[in-house]
Amino acid sequence: MISLPRTEFLAGIRSELPILPGVIPFGLIFGVLAASVGIPPPAAQAFSLIIFGGSAQFIAAQMVGAGTPALLIVLTIFVVNLRHALYSASLAPHFKPLSGVWKLVLAWLLTDEAYAMGYQRYTRPDGSPHKHLYFLGAGLALWATWQLSTAVGILLGAQVPASWGLDFALPLTFIAIVAPNLKGRPSLAAALVAGALAVLLLGLPYKLGLLIAALGGILIGLLFSKTES
Amino acid sequence: MIWFIILAGGLLTFGIRLIPILLLGRLEIPSRFSLALSFVPTAVLTAIIVPELLAPGGSLDLSPGNERLIAGLIAIVIAWRTKNVLLTLAAGMAALWGLQLF
Repeated sequence: MISLPRTEFLAGIRSELPILPGVIPFGLIFGVLAASVGIPPPAAQAFSLIIFGGSAQFIAAQMVGAGTPALLIVLTIFVVNLRHALYSASLAPHFKPLSGVWKLVLAWLLTDEAYAMGYQRYTRPDGSPHKHLYFLGAGLALWATWQLSTAVGILLGAQVPASWGLDFALPLTFIAIVAPNLKGRPSLAAALVAGALAVLLLGLPYKLGLLIAALGGILIGLLFSKTES
Repeated sequence: MIWFIILAGGLLTFGIRLIPILLLGRLEIPSRFSLALSFVPTAVLTAIIVPELLAPGGSLDLSPGNERLIAGLIAIVIAWRTKNVLLTLAAGMAALWGLQLF
């Protein structure tokens, strides 16, 4: 039974280990991309340190390279990361008892991968009071990996490594989380609609398709829940 | 200018991640809203997964040549049956590499 803070922390780190090999190539590629569009190394690392969001960083770096006005880039970063508000909202009830410092730290680490594993911990019905340590472990594992791989990418410069399909580990892990949870019509409907919309809206920029697909899935899940009760 | 982008972007991003946690932690959440939030993981993760499987190169590819689609389908079956993350990962990666080699 997981109950000690340290056990939870280590378990959180372990939960991300399968995903890390897939994250590393993206960090490397970002570092290389940032360097290639002329972003100075400290600034490139700062993107990973301060913004800490892969897709937003990629798009921002490309826009910098294209000479896009700064305000537009900032706005784009905002839109691309908007889905994190959904993560934050769904975690809010679980984070309620935590201190302000904990909320700040965990919010800082809130990315797709940290959310996927961290949220999962909260849905397991054991009454452990240390689940936030699990989240911290998961988040820090990702954060450290992201910083290191960005740094190496900046240093490597022109050589972009092959990912050998390791990035596939990310959707695989998400599949492992979602598939068992597809019990009952509301969840199935939510997943089907979200998936369909995500593909239909692929052409939309700034990950808007993802956001709309997620919102659509949530809506459908709600609708199906009401008709069942 | 680059630092303006980094700091402003970082501030907004942090706000996105923090504000719901702060706000919703203080207010009483109506049950319908709470129900809606329960669908977030399923909806968002599916929205991330499906394009990776159906359109790995950026455009829709439903042909048998799309190894990620086939490997993904295998993974879904394994995940459904075993509920085991490591097994799903191993099976999915093995399927992907196997399909890519042959």
